[in-house]
Amino acid sequence: MGIIRNGRQVEDSWVYLANGDDANNLPHDLIVDLATWRENKTDLTARNGRLGVKLASHEVADEIGDDASCFDLIVLDFPTFTDGRAYSTARILRERYGFSGELRASGQVLRDQLFYLVRCGFDSFEVADDRPLAGWFKALSEIAFVYQPTGDGRPWILSQRHSDALAEQAS
Amino acid sequence: MPRGIKPMYRYDEFDQSFVDQRVSQFSDQVSRRLSGELSEEEFRPLRLQNGLYLQLHAYMLRVAVPYGTLSARQMRKLAHIARRYDRGYGHFTTRQNIQYNWPLLEEVPDILAELAAVEMHAIQTSGNCIRNTTSDQYAGVAADEIEDPRVYCEIARQWSSLHPEFAFLPRKFKIAITGAEQDRAAVRVHDIGLQMRRNLKGEAGFEVIVGGGLGRTPVIGKTIREFLPKQHFLSYLEAILRVYNQYGRRDNKYKARIKILVNALGVEEFTRLVEAEWQSIKDGPLALPQAEIERIKAYFAPPGYESLPSVDEAFLQARQDNPAFARWVKANLAEHKQPGYAIANISLKPVGEAPGDASDSQLDAIADLADRYSHGEIRITHEQNLVLPYVKQADLFALWQDLKEADLATANIGLVSDIIACPGLDYCNLANARSIPVAQRITQRFEDLQRQHDIGSLKVKISGCINACGHHHVGNIGILGVDKKGQEFYQITLGGSADQNTAIGKIVGPAFSYDDVVDAVEGVVETYQDNRQDDEDFNACLARIGLAPFKEKLYGNH
Repeated sequence: MGIIRNGRQVEDSWVYLANGDDANNLPHDLIVDLATWRENKTDLTARNGRLGVKLASHEVADEIGDDASCFDLIVLDFPTFTDGRAYSTARILRERYGFSGELRASGQVLRDQLFYLVRCGFDSFEVADDRPLAGWFKALSEIAFVYQPTGDGRPWILSQRHSDALAEQAS
Repeated sequence: MPRGIKPMYRYDEFDQSFVDQRVSQFSDQVSRRLSGELSEEEFRPLRLQNGLYLQLHAYMLRVAVPYGTLSARQMRKLAHIARRYDRGYGHFTTRQNIQYNWPLLEEVPDILAELAAVEMHAIQTSGNCIRNTTSDQYAGVAADEIEDPRVYCEIARQWSSLHPEFAFLPRKFKIAITGAEQDRAAVRVHDIGLQMRRNLKGEAGFEVIVGGGLGRTPVIGKTIREFLPKQHFLSYLEAILRVYNQYGRRDNKYKARIKILVNALGVEEFTRLVEAEWQSIKDGPLALPQAEIERIKAYFAPPGYESLPSVDEAFLQARQDNPAFARWVKANLAEHKQPGYAIANISLKPVGEAPGDASDSQLDAIADLADRYSHGEIRITHEQNLVLPYVKQADLFALWQDLKEADLATANIGLVSDIIACPGLDYCNLANARSIPVAQRITQRFEDLQRQHDIGSLKVKISGCINACGHHHVGNIGILGVDKKGQEFYQITLGGSADQNTAIGKIVGPAFSYDDVVDAVEGVVETYQDNRQDDEDFNACLARIGLAPFKEKLYGNH
């Protein structure tokens, strides 16, 4: 499994909590599921290490809510690429709950989703090893102008149109 | 632009660049599919979101005609595509789009590039995403309109184009907007229907209707907000879509439309979720600036109307002298808000032809007529006909003669032969039964136009399977093709309606064979004619006499 972050393939230090892990000897960068988080909030936040949580596609952003700031990483799963719930989850975590850590897409993550994923606030991607990575980053620049304001900060066409008009008025 | 041609919405540099880049992106996706880098499973949603289906015999490309408005220049391009890339015809659909049934995959990028050159595209005409927003085909010219709804359709078109959050919804999503009291856009059978209203202060806004739809579970939409101010148009749509994207069912595609979610949660809870979501985004960047509304509204300004008397004497004389012209006038014209003008419908339902089909030469002819008589503008109706929206009464007789030359003067709008039909088993791999040949046989049975006029307004709608693309649930007479042990059978429903009195038809009894279905339709029509009082319409007559006389006529001898 490769991880793409900030536009390149990187080594990854994050490890999913597994059954039978020794609670006193957990990896430094640990990812837990939502149920584990809820049952062990105190212990997990007191632990010396970085913490991530993984949400299944049916677990909506409100289930994390203001806890978002407790995490360094949130992983949102795409059991198939046609299950688009995590796009909403991502936007709500970023835009409503102010999550500023790493937001990672896992599961069936394909090159042609990348544009949508980045626009919704994802910044890292678990990619199956058998995928050619050439062309992945081209996918982000294929469409230069966008019609929706999202938390990715890209200017949207409507604001560009009217800022031009304002600039003309000023000159 | 030639004098007298009315500007429609025109792409600015942003719109054009967006569509051009989308073409390049899809060209690359097609090459990756052809090289085998993309599997068919991975390519499928990509091609669908560019309007490309794989049907029974070939690919089918569905081209978006936003809110059903076309320029003559665009129509000529559609004719060219039919000639150059297809078999010389196109098919107009119930979403006011046009589809081509025989394109080659490797040529589709070229077709999309040709479309982009005339400010058209095929983005999101299929797939589980927000589809082409439809509207009243008489928008901007209807006498009973609050405002031209196409301004908001265009705003919705842009907002929904490659919306990153809503590209993989549980199921397809259809929005319709009307500005008129008389509902010609079927807003109560859409995922979202917006009906323009005025509030007590006289300001225009929208009644928001959610969860209507046809398909296997027909449902009439429910009003979740009586009045939405215009500046909140986009944020409210986004709130509804966001609730649907998070909570709509994904385990069963037949239960995935928003109507199922609205029913499962109950309309109060659904509304609460939407309103809560909306409260948190309504004052954000999606609040519509008045400057953008005005910018788009300017494109939909009326053409330079001439000041004309409300009645043209020569037109009246021609109507009196020529019974065939008089029949066309009676069936195919609608009242225009501007004195001395008329809205002229062009029927694509001649006897014995596939409903909604037009040949490349007919498309060119219509473009020429639009330039000559209608400020270069054409509309497509969800009932699969065309409209010239700005015809002077004084030009109507000449227009009718020109239409006759092109075999486009069928005088049957709203009559029994003006049938909506899906492509059915002749093209579609979902269908259980043929639709087009049933429609053709009905038009042949009722070939006598005077008889059709005697019967009067009657909506017949045919679907070749339970997905209801032919809107059979909302036909006065609905016909649904079903498969019974490998044989085509047709179930008949009566009393449906898609207008402001939206109703779902009721099944009259056991289904009829392919051979018997036309007799059955005729039996229904005769029962109506025998029982109606004065000029009572079909649904009013049915409501008064009930199903029993129809059952007696259709099944009494068996």
